[in-house]
Amino acid sequence: MSNILEIKHLRKTFGTNEVLKDINFSVSKGEVVCIIGASGSGKSTLLRCINLLEYPTSGEILYHGQNILELNVSNAVYRAKMGMVFQQFNLFNNLTVLDNCVVGQVKVLKRDKKTARKIAMEYLDLVGMSQFINAKPHQISGGQKQRVAIARALSMEPEALLFDEPTSALDPEMVGEVLKVMKNLAQSGLTMLVVTHEMGFARDVANRVVFMDEGVIVEEDVPEVIFNNPRNERTRTFLKRILEKE
Amino acid sequence: MSADASFFQWVAFIWEQNWPLFLRGAGNTILIALTGTIIGFLIGIVIGIIRTIPVDHNTSLLKRIILKIADVLLLCYIEVFRGTPMMVQAMVIFYGIAMIYGIHLNPIPAGIVIVSINTGAYMAEIVRGGILSIDKGQFEAAHAIGMTHAQTMSSIILPQAIRNILPATSNEFVINIKDTCVLSVISISELFFNSKSAAGANFRYFETFLITCIIYLIMTFTITRILRWFEKKLDGPSVYTIHGSQTVPEAEIRIVDGGKLHV
Repeated sequence: MSNILEIKHLRKTFGTNEVLKDINFSVSKGEVVCIIGASGSGKSTLLRCINLLEYPTSGEILYHGQNILELNVSNAVYRAKMGMVFQQFNLFNNLTVLDNCVVGQVKVLKRDKKTARKIAMEYLDLVGMSQFINAKPHQISGGQKQRVAIARALSMEPEALLFDEPTSALDPEMVGEVLKVMKNLAQSGLTMLVVTHEMGFARDVANRVVFMDEGVIVEEDVPEVIFNNPRNERTRTFLKRILEKE
Repeated sequence: MSADASFFQWVAFIWEQNWPLFLRGAGNTILIALTGTIIGFLIGIVIGIIRTIPVDHNTSLLKRIILKIADVLLLCYIEVFRGTPMMVQAMVIFYGIAMIYGIHLNPIPAGIVIVSINTGAYMAEIVRGGILSIDKGQFEAAHAIGMTHAQTMSSIILPQAIRNILPATSNEFVINIKDTCVLSVISISELFFNSKSAAGANFRYFETFLITCIIYLIMTFTITRILRWFEKKLDGPSVYTIHGSQTVPEAEIRIVDGGKLHV
């Protein structure tokens, strides 16, 4: 399997606060990787570094072997290849559901409007939102917004999709509809990197689970090992605390 | 007009005698205020955009320096024109240009220039505030799909920011309609200036300026209504259509805000 993404010695500091300390890991094509860990462990920052929403303090991010932190690599082209789904959805408030999925294709990928609309419709259909193309973001529910956000990211036909706690801002009854869409995507072979607190999702869908604590990757393995037989004490404590609540 | 004529007879008389003067004055007031507000708005947009250009690790040193210089110059412009009365600016610009360059500007174009740069200074800060008020997530989402800063601004941020600053802009417009009266100091024949001429002919200041007052009020009231209507239009329909239902694919269901269903 070829690595889409390889991260080497990644560090990120905010002032004197070292949020990520020497992160090394890789993602290969078709893989679904879930990143779990307590709040403040650096998982969201890691994801945001991968998409360059935060600029790493040091280290390398290799995309198909090329370091994207070098100046001659266009951030825009790379970002278009790495879709991102946010905790707060961040749909463009001034655009309709359909235009949310069209604008990036037209502006970044330079597709013509008709093709862009067709592609957008395909993905809106996939997430079950094709009936709502005329609605504005404020007119639909949180779960619907997140599904549109997923369709927006998919419309760019990215190589991998990054999810930053996609269900954390949702009402409990809406979590299911979003997770279902994500599960279907995982089964379709999309490369996904998911920061999540949904342990059930991680266990059922992930090929690999990464546990982070205090800015380092403590343990990574297949979900069976992480959830049933974690080697590290910190992983065990975290999972015990989380799973007791569930 | 006899000396014992009633108040209302005087008002009617002054209007009959001077209505072309009043209307011409009102016309000039609207012309200067409208043009000045539009140009000032555009100045404000440009400055607001320049002053919110992000500087990050990738920004080249040259760009940083240019931005810094531009920022200082623009800040000077904003401070000077916000910090001095428009009446004084009118005197300085109008007589200053005449003295230094020997150019005698036509009063009305001069008035438009003064109102424009004055409004621009206020609008620059209003626009900047409008841009800063947009949720950071909107920028991040646009950047995350690969849009450049320019694309993000033009497609996502400015449409929202401009909608948000429309109330402040109509405020500026109303202020401009009223404040053009200070331009009478450079003999622009706007409404206040013409009212003074009318009053000078009959020495009935109260009756004359009551008419002036009503004309100003009609202008500002009309303008605010029009801009309010425009805001509503920009908000788009509060109704949207769902295309097809699970049982009837060609059905169209109209959803009104607040969840009322109209099939």
